[in-house]
Amino acid sequence: MCEIFGRISSFQSLGTVDGPGVRYVVFMQGCNLRCKCCHNPETWDMSGGKEYTAQEVMKRAERCKSYFGSDGGITVSGGEPLLQARFVTQLFSLCKQSGISTCLDTSGCIINDDVKELLQYTDTVLLDYKSTNAKDYKNFCGMDMQAADDFLLLLDKMHIDTYLRQVIIKGFTDSDENARRLFEIASAHECVKKTELLPFRKMCSAKYEKLGIPFPLKDKEETPASVIERLYALKDK
Amino acid sequence: MKFTQWQGFTQGDWCTGINVRNFIQTNYTPYTGDDSFLETATERTNALMNKLRGLQKQEREKGGVLDIDTTTVSSLCNYKAGYLDKENELIVGLQTDAPLKRGVNPFGGIRMAREACEAYGYKLSDKIEEYFTYRTTHNDGVFRCYTPEMKAARHCALLTGLPDAYGRGRIIGDYRRVALYGVDALIEQKRQDKLKIGEGVMNADTIKLTEELFQQINFLGKLKEMAAIYGFDISQPASTAREAMQWTYFGYLAANKEQNGAAMSLGRVSTFFDIYIERDIKNGILDEKGAQELFDQFVMKLRMARHLRTPDYNELFGGDPMWITESVGGMGENNTTLVTKSSFRILNTLYTLGSAPEPNLTVLWSARLPEGFKRFCAKVSQDTDSIQYENDDLMRPHFGDDYAIACCVSAMKVGKQMQFFGARANLAKLLLLAINGGIDNVFGTRVGPQMQPMQDEYLDYDKVMERFRLYREWLCRLYVNTMNVIHYMHDKYAYEKIQMALHDTDVERLMAFGVAGLSVLTDSLSAIKYAKVKPVRDENGIIVDFETTGDFPKYGNDDDRADTIAQDMLHEFIDELKKTPTYRNARHTLSVLTITSNVMYGKKTGSTPDGRKKGEPFAPGANPMHGREENGALASLNSVSKLSYSACMDGISNTFSIIPDALGKSETERTDNLVAILTGYFLNAAHHINVNVMNRETLLKAYECPEDYPNLTIRVSGYAVNFCKLSREQQREVIMRTFHEAM
Repeated sequence: MCEIFGRISSFQSLGTVDGPGVRYVVFMQGCNLRCKCCHNPETWDMSGGKEYTAQEVMKRAERCKSYFGSDGGITVSGGEPLLQARFVTQLFSLCKQSGISTCLDTSGCIINDDVKELLQYTDTVLLDYKSTNAKDYKNFCGMDMQAADDFLLLLDKMHIDTYLRQVIIKGFTDSDENARRLFEIASAHECVKKTELLPFRKMCSAKYEKLGIPFPLKDKEETPASVIERLYALKDK
Repeated sequence: MKFTQWQGFTQGDWCTGINVRNFIQTNYTPYTGDDSFLETATERTNALMNKLRGLQKQEREKGGVLDIDTTTVSSLCNYKAGYLDKENELIVGLQTDAPLKRGVNPFGGIRMAREACEAYGYKLSDKIEEYFTYRTTHNDGVFRCYTPEMKAARHCALLTGLPDAYGRGRIIGDYRRVALYGVDALIEQKRQDKLKIGEGVMNADTIKLTEELFQQINFLGKLKEMAAIYGFDISQPASTAREAMQWTYFGYLAANKEQNGAAMSLGRVSTFFDIYIERDIKNGILDEKGAQELFDQFVMKLRMARHLRTPDYNELFGGDPMWITESVGGMGENNTTLVTKSSFRILNTLYTLGSAPEPNLTVLWSARLPEGFKRFCAKVSQDTDSIQYENDDLMRPHFGDDYAIACCVSAMKVGKQMQFFGARANLAKLLLLAINGGIDNVFGTRVGPQMQPMQDEYLDYDKVMERFRLYREWLCRLYVNTMNVIHYMHDKYAYEKIQMALHDTDVERLMAFGVAGLSVLTDSLSAIKYAKVKPVRDENGIIVDFETTGDFPKYGNDDDRADTIAQDMLHEFIDELKKTPTYRNARHTLSVLTITSNVMYGKKTGSTPDGRKKGEPFAPGANPMHGREENGALASLNSVSKLSYSACMDGISNTFSIIPDALGKSETERTDNLVAILTGYFLNAAHHINVNVMNRETLLKAYECPEDYPNLTIRVSGYAVNFCKLSREQQREVIMRTFHEAM
């Protein structure tokens, strides 16, 4: 296997909210989107981070294997991992050899042969589905909603367990209508095993300040748990 | 032996000689279900608990001490019976004649007793003062024999917290023996042991032991008298669950009246009690509600235990702890779990009575514990922050399946092993002492081999290590010798008569040494090895600070470059200690544990090469330094789990704090994930973990408005405390600690 380096922003050895069970999370460096609610602005710059081989990353993740139990494993997040699909493919294939389950946290912005190969080594995809309104979608992150829909179709075709995720932001995604549509989309795709509504939080403000980047939602209020509960309750109606 | 009280129990070796383990193994009922059978508190319990809460409130309002009996020397039969509410108490017995009233115990040292009284606005009575002018205390004895060097090492806080002015504690009487055999049978056994010794050669050792046996027998008699004051005859075995708890509690109470040991641990009683409860339920005289009520009342008594301490002492061991450690769960040597319904019941007291630091509930964790119990523990941890976990799979091969934890992390076979507690040596200070050639840069004390401070512009790792080894060799010899003096004198002037009466006569002794500042030492050596460390000297050429440039690997990131330094330091330290023989041929052991003294240690230690400034706290126990963990919680746990238990058989303490949101999104997920974390950590052969699941904001609020959070309990270092009972400094340090919160 030829050596490919991956640009990585950071590692979080204990992840419990990005995929099933206890997960070792790798945050890739570089992103092509600029979502207004982005939590990890430090991962945007394509030339930032540090380079690692898949072997090196694998070694770190393997050190946490005893905590994974039957559900946990590795999650590659970012940044946008699809931008480094060949590296992630190497990493995931090593994980599969070692019996570690793999999870990919992505916007679904790219479909090409590299990405298709990567998905063959992926057990679970966390698909960040920004909005159910095409105009809002583009405006919010710079990506076409159609691309996300295409990705979802591909996941369906490849039978990959998918968590459909959306950040709930006041005045943007917190309407009943939006939530209902999201649940409809979920039930229309067999691959979707779970729909997760994530409350908008502002813990990342400090990072923006440190980087000197303006945080577009600086003045937006955080989403309370009650709103999330209200929206989840619409699921079975 | 044959007693009618044993009807319904399966016979075994335990009937022909004292053998509580065999009684448990032949009679207990393992439970592999979940917590759904548990009951809530009875009205009687609630009424009693309300009364106790009122007294605890008054105690807080009076500055931490409700009342002191300054005219009586604490002992088994010196107080009349005391009650919380006689009508409603199912388990009776108080340390003095009134709830939460503290007794004075000057046998460790009269000065400590005097100062403790004065600190709370009381005066030790003239009668006691006069009596102790004719009596040698443990403290008197120790200081008669301390060498100037020992005093110097103690003065500059190189060796600190030594039990030379108070009871050494950490001795667990097998209080269950009182219930199973009754006191007469225990006396008879000791009489026979004493006679047997007399048949052999009488030399200094056997004469000493013979005199100790005389005292043990004498105090077993007093134990019966003490119970009689409360209207009980405990010469015979207990015949019901309530009696079993009462008899056992009398044993424990007697120990507390006799000794003010730092840690007065309980042992491993819940599965033992379960046998009596099962029998009573079978006989139709008890139901689940009643069983929980007995546990509630027993635990309530434990929560009322108090010793009188000085402010200096509180600086070391913050929050008025007793370390009434109860070890729960674990596995048997035959691979059957020792979890019973009563393992659940005792944890359930954190709900029925509300969360509290005492008793110090310690779950002996095994990969093979029943899933229902694992999940219940994880739930209790999240709800109460009141329990700690220790690795049964790691300890069982060394201690069998009837060991218990004394204090925080010290394992010993119940009734068969005891320990000589030895506080700890300050490793960070030792490094500074070596670099400075035997002068302490905070106190100016000259101690240890004398040479020039290191002259290099930048510290050289090999040269530093060469010096460090030399000073370590010196300190280890001094440390063992100091401990020998202390424990010789403790045996001579403050011997634990009732606790040792509840041990086998032929007891195995452990001598428990300890280290503090492991993470500071590790990161400092790593800085010297991998970065550039430039010493800063004062006008006398003494190194008082360091300028460290460049990055270096830090303990707490699962990075072998740093972690192996920590591993090596521990192995080398215990190997060095073993070179000096111990008093009574005790086995040398080592712990990495600080209690809350990490704050005080930091205060008394100069700046270190890792970037820690003079006076700043150390991390507690074996924890990595605050804020240096860059890869999250599991990497940090992995670093700690690399420390080898074989080098640290007295325990390796780690305190883990995490915010609820970082454990998962729902209650079920959080419980699953906490179980997974504990499972992984202990599979990696780690020894101990305190688990706190809470937000830093809660602590900040409690820091600002303590009166709003009287019952906020947190795990600190091998024990739990009421956050509000810590000193302001200790509170700030707890708030500063790493809270794993990445999501």
